[in-house]
Amino acid sequence: MDSFFSRYKNALVLIVVLLAQVIGVAIQVRRPLPKEHAQPDAGGIRLIRYWAISLVSPPERLVHWLGASILGVWDNYLDLIHVRQQNRDLQAEIQRIRIEEGGIVEDARQGQRLQQLLAFKEKYVYQTVPAQVIGTSGTEQSRILSINKGSKDGVSVDMPVITPDGIVGRIREVFPHTSQVLEITDPTSGAGIILADTRIRGILRGNALGQPQVVNVMPDERIKTGERVVTSGGDQIFPRGLAVGVVDRVVTDPDHDPLVDVLIHPAANLSQLEEVLVITNMGDEVTPKQKLDMIQSEAAADTEQLKASEVLAERLPSRIDPDAPKTDDQNSDDSADAEGEGIARPMRPPSALHPDRFTPNTTPAAASLTPGARLAPQSEGSGTTKAGVAKPHAAVSTSSSSDSGDNGDATETAAAAAKKKGPELVPDDGSRPPSTMAVHPTGPSATASSHAETTATAPVHAPMAILPATSSHGTATATGGTASSTTQPHATPTAGGGTASASKPVAGSSSTPGGATTRAATTAGNGITSPSGAGTTAVRAANPRPATVSGENGTTSEVKTKVIVDGPLPAGAKKTTPPASTGTPSPQTQHAPAAPTAQKKGPELVPDDGSRPPPTMQQKPKPQPQQTTPAQPQPQGGR
Amino acid sequence: MSRLVAASRRDIEAQPYPLIVFILVPVLALGLQSFVALHFERFDILDLPLLVTIYFAITRRDPIAGTITGCVIGIAQDALTRQPLGIFGICKSIIGYLAASLGVRIDTENHGTRALLTFGFVFLHSGMYWLLVRRLLAQPYAWSWIHELIRALINTVVGVILFALLDLAKRKEY
Repeated sequence: MDSFFSRYKNALVLIVVLLAQVIGVAIQVRRPLPKEHAQPDAGGIRLIRYWAISLVSPPERLVHWLGASILGVWDNYLDLIHVRQQNRDLQAEIQRIRIEEGGIVEDARQGQRLQQLLAFKEKYVYQTVPAQVIGTSGTEQSRILSINKGSKDGVSVDMPVITPDGIVGRIREVFPHTSQVLEITDPTSGAGIILADTRIRGILRGNALGQPQVVNVMPDERIKTGERVVTSGGDQIFPRGLAVGVVDRVVTDPDHDPLVDVLIHPAANLSQLEEVLVITNMGDEVTPKQKLDMIQSEAAADTEQLKASEVLAERLPSRIDPDAPKTDDQNSDDSADAEGEGIARPMRPPSALHPDRFTPNTTPAAASLTPGARLAPQSEGSGTTKAGVAKPHAAVSTSSSSDSGDNGDATETAAAAAKKKGPELVPDDGSRPPSTMAVHPTGPSATASSHAETTATAPVHAPMAILPATSSHGTATATGGTASSTTQPHATPTAGGGTASASKPVAGSSSTPGGATTRAATTAGNGITSPSGAGTTAVRAANPRPATVSGENGTTSEVKTKVIVDGPLPAGAKKTTPPASTGTPSPQTQHAPAAPTAQKKGPELVPDDGSRPPPTMQQKPKPQPQQTTPAQPQPQGGR
Repeated sequence: MSRLVAASRRDIEAQPYPLIVFILVPVLALGLQSFVALHFERFDILDLPLLVTIYFAITRRDPIAGTITGCVIGIAQDALTRQPLGIFGICKSIIGYLAASLGVRIDTENHGTRALLTFGFVFLHSGMYWLLVRRLLAQPYAWSWIHELIRALINTVVGVILFALLDLAKRKEY
């Protein structure tokens, strides 16, 4: 017996050693324990590992410390080339990031609010422990890192290890001063991930070649190379949203056909890791310290937003020309508000630098107009219109908020207002913009005065209807208001010296911005009356405007007006071309006695080319007296 | 052929080494393997603990010592990995036993012999490791003939150089 052992002692020793190790391996590879007993190794195995780590780590720590010291001396005291330039670049980068921070904080706050609404439990990274990588497993088959932080530093098993670039792995084994990190490239690792674009979830593992891959994925053509991969948080180890890497390629899984494996290029440089962060504290509730940090960051972000807006305001080109001359502030909103005693008033355009006939406030004073007088020659299909016979007159019939029934007073009020801010007379040449582009009225006072021949103006802030008043040959046209109120004109034009056009707003169209209801009657030409809302009246086509209009400032402008005529033109008025204006300022040219002058300077009569409104909007003209008294219904005209 | 067999009594005697060398060299091999691979990713193709195991086995020419040495170094290497303790231990125990057994019969002072032995043992180590990992533990392991051949060649070259350096630590016999 002794000879047997002595003869085969070498082989027996080998067999015993191998058998012991096989039994040891068999014990170690038993099924994993529950979570509460989640120790990867038993006590004896753990002790052996601890001895091995303790044996290897000190030299590694020493070498690492020496290397770090040498590199630190070199980097901090010797290699300082381009440091100033880098500092400047970093300062600029910080400023840019601060500007972006405002928006990001807003998004974060919104996200947190939404998560609270949905009772979504989000794990936030609260506390990390920086650690240095001091070693690896040294083999190709085991992707293990050794870090210089252990249980004494608060590290425990299954804590995630990350870098600013992306995840690295999780803590596998913890010793008092060192820990082992299982990289995501190891075949036994696992992490829940999600593809950022396609939102495909999967499990990340390392393959045999040490490359992470998402295993057992259903084939999907949407998965493209370069798609970002982030953690999904489903593994209860990694917080949600950490960068994992990008898709490298998709290969067929030979063991699970037709499933595919998505190979990932890790975001973190796992081959040359030096410093990592161990997430030691996560949770789904915001701690007071976190709240304080959030408040501070929000305050800082708000401040930065203000700074950013100021910087942008300084850098952007100003819309206000500082070299432009000062304009009259009478029309400014401030003055309007001051006068209005808190009543919201519509915005008014500033005074024109170079007034012309289109400029507000150049309308002749209403007091200078003769009620019932024609402002422009009227033509009628029957030929009763005597174009250019009558000098244009404007009879303003006003029933405004201060309507007292005294038409004379109302007219005077309107005239006085129009003298200040009356709108101008504009002929309709077809180029008039729609009412949505109309200028703003010049105030409540002008509202009354603009019942005379004015363009359709629609204040932006005032729901009002633009009432058309077209009175050429009994044609009434309507232009819609801007405030979505449909205007249904009920024109009753009267031709032949008594043409009256009355438009009736339908949907609250005569509400002035100040809340007053205005009912106006415009007498255009030879007795054209057109009540309108909001003190604005659109006069189309046959706008009886004198050829020469004298502005308030005495300037004279020539206007060539064309009057559209249905049917044959009257013989006397056919192709009547007004002579050129003399250019003499004549504020009184709109008075009746100036009819010959008006005839000379009357509008040109042109045949109807079919561009007028459809006949459904035309009304039979009714005879009307030449003069229309405002607010006093005439027995023959009006309505 | 005469160079490959032990021609004299001196050749088959165990080469004496100071105890510190027996302790320090394996630890240094493990530390270097762990540390250098951190900064040079492809350094893990080397297996310094295996080379140390082969060297001590063929120089001491004691199968039991070779088995124990291989077992200890292998388990220490296992301790640095995530795999169960014993995988590398089993492999290196067998390698130590075989290397020591061959060291009794052949001349291990020759560099060519050392190169051949090293190449064969590294390749055998890879095969045993694959067998244990893939078949015993049922874990993924990518076997590539070309990769294993290159790995064996590189380890052979490094091993021959390393063995020459370690020969300097032999205790001189007068």
